[in-house]
Amino acid sequence: MSYFETRGLAVGYNGQVLIHDIDISIEKGKILTLIGPNGAGKSTILKSITRHLQKIGGEVSIGGRDVYRWAAREMARQVAVVLTDRIRPELMTCGEVVAAGRYPYTNALGRLTAADREIVRQSLERVHALELEDRDFSTLSDGQRQRVMLARALCQEPEVIVLDEPTAYLDIRHKIELLDILREMAREKGITVVMSLHEIDLATKISDYLICVKGDAIDRFGPPEEIFAPETIDRLYGIRHGSYNLLFGSVELTRPAGPPEVFVTAGAGYGIPCYRALQKHQIPFATGILFENDVDCQVAGELSEHVVLTPAFEPIGADACRAAEDLLVRTKAVIDAGTPAGALNRPNRDLLDFARARGISVYPGWKEYLRTLS
Amino acid sequence: MKEKSGRLPVWSRFLLSTALLTALLAWGLVLNVNTGSVDIPAGEVFRLTGGALRAAGRDLLRGGNALETLISASTESRIIFSIRMPRMLLAAILGGALSVSGFLLQTFFRNPIAGPFVLGISSGAKMVVSFTIIFAARFVSQVSSALMVLSAFAGSLVITGVVLLFSQRARNMSMLLVIGIMVGYICSAVTDFFITFAKEQDIVNLTSWSMGSFSGANWSGVGATAALCLGGLAAAWLLSKPMGAYALGEGYAQSLGINIKLFRAALILLSSLLSACVTAFAGPISFVGIAVPHITRSLLGTARPALVIPACYLCGAVFCIFCDLIARTAFAPAELAIGTVTSAFGAPVVIAMMLRRQRREQ
Repeated sequence: MSYFETRGLAVGYNGQVLIHDIDISIEKGKILTLIGPNGAGKSTILKSITRHLQKIGGEVSIGGRDVYRWAAREMARQVAVVLTDRIRPELMTCGEVVAAGRYPYTNALGRLTAADREIVRQSLERVHALELEDRDFSTLSDGQRQRVMLARALCQEPEVIVLDEPTAYLDIRHKIELLDILREMAREKGITVVMSLHEIDLATKISDYLICVKGDAIDRFGPPEEIFAPETIDRLYGIRHGSYNLLFGSVELTRPAGPPEVFVTAGAGYGIPCYRALQKHQIPFATGILFENDVDCQVAGELSEHVVLTPAFEPIGADACRAAEDLLVRTKAVIDAGTPAGALNRPNRDLLDFARARGISVYPGWKEYLRTLS
Repeated sequence: MKEKSGRLPVWSRFLLSTALLTALLAWGLVLNVNTGSVDIPAGEVFRLTGGALRAAGRDLLRGGNALETLISASTESRIIFSIRMPRMLLAAILGGALSVSGFLLQTFFRNPIAGPFVLGISSGAKMVVSFTIIFAARFVSQVSSALMVLSAFAGSLVITGVVLLFSQRARNMSMLLVIGIMVGYICSAVTDFFITFAKEQDIVNLTSWSMGSFSGANWSGVGATAALCLGGLAAAWLLSKPMGAYALGEGYAQSLGINIKLFRAALILLSSLLSACVTAFAGPISFVGIAVPHITRSLLGTARPALVIPACYLCGAVFCIFCDLIARTAFAPAELAIGTVTSAFGAPVVIAMMLRRQRREQ
């Protein structure tokens, strides 16, 4: 049953449409993440959902009811936000900041009842920040601030929480903590989460649904595993140099150009540090022989055009050996990344002997090789 | 729980501060009434006040003019009831109004140096007052103080209207601040233009008006300002809930269900009304509106509007009463302009506050 929906939503500023035909439909208690390059309009969409910005066309509905028809108080009880605005309240304790979330529930003078205070404490507890209740908000670190702002949103007891880049300014530990809290909220309290994130790797892991925002329409919408073909990210962000590995969420910088100068024998993850070191020095390289399921393949393919592959779970065939030898003779040196030799990858050991026989220097690691260059 | 941070709970601190301010106010009131060119002992002041209150009560019940008879009975009672008491009450009422007006605008702009006159209200008042002094005087035989009050009030309200119009279109606060300052410049330009055609005496009058003084106080003025300012104070206090939420910024305030445009308009209108009242009856008194909210917040250790607003009024009243006392007595028989004293005491306070805040943030 779809709970949070947009139909043909068009958003923009001053009547100018920026993005149109936004169709989203997710169930209660799910997490939806907007990803896309800077300036793509993620915030614009979020602001139109929260009514901070007047939508231009279409509809936003929660639980089958049109959000734009709600009175301000009803809206505040249904939807809470965590914005990118960095607030600087003067002389306010964290407890007071969180208690501001009770606004749509308190009387005309804003008096907090015992029940309200209890909700404030529960909200702080849920984000593991109860000990901050009496601290002055301005003395908090970025990680603590973000947790308190999330507690403030929770305190509003909303059905939907909208967060605009909640992980910005946070270090990796606090990012993980914050996303864990969001997941817990969604699962335990059935709160629907709509947010934007910059970290694609985290987005695929936390989200039930992803939206790729690019250009004047929604690029894709669906569960992460459905919408991500390997090149989706490179295309979405227009990455021309370097690459993004979706499986590992790792980023590789621009591949060195030119004919290979060294050959790296690798496998079992021993090759990756070596490849990255060579990339850092912009030395084009060839590598092999790698089994197709080898972890080294993930990075080798991004950083080199000359990778000799062989099918997994099979002994290395003669074709692969010949291809490796052909590449090797065109290079000036060979680096042995240190992969232990076993029954199946013995041809890699043979490649080293082959090189020595041809008078090509063999180095026992990339450090040794780079030392000869300087 | 709060003891470990070495701070008193907010409420005890509020009650303590209020008690302190009330004591200061009481002391200031007595001091103000019995000091001056003629010193009247405090006991005499109390005796006369008690008598006057009884007489007023009798007048109210049975009719008659026992009060007037009593007041004109001696020089001392004339000094107390016709000169010092209305003046001191006016200082207290307007000082509080000015402080609350400043607090409202500081909350509104989230800017610590915003004051009641940052939106150009004093410039607007001065513009119309200068027109009255320079041109209207040629047609009216004598410019009465009531006319001056009306002029200043009209000028303040015109500028408030202009700023309100813009506030509906301004997307953010800083834009509105710039508009306020620019409107102020335009008014100053018009004032300067009027001055070109002024006689020397007019310029002297205008200058003395723009430095502010409580010396023109009379009982009808006290009544009018009390009604306006205490009404404004109550209205401001009723706005303390949205004001508290507004401290988190406009984005959050809106998401809590506050109608930003309406709230903006209410805040501007209220703060303008309070400062217009001050400007009309005592001239544009500088610095009280900037300094007192700072002092109050530091004193209370909180920015909760429901507590700060009443304390701010009290603190402003105390501040102005003592400043007026200094203005009256420091160089007696010459009297200083109230603006001279408030600036001399207010400016160092603002500097000290700023330095302390900076140190705290590091």
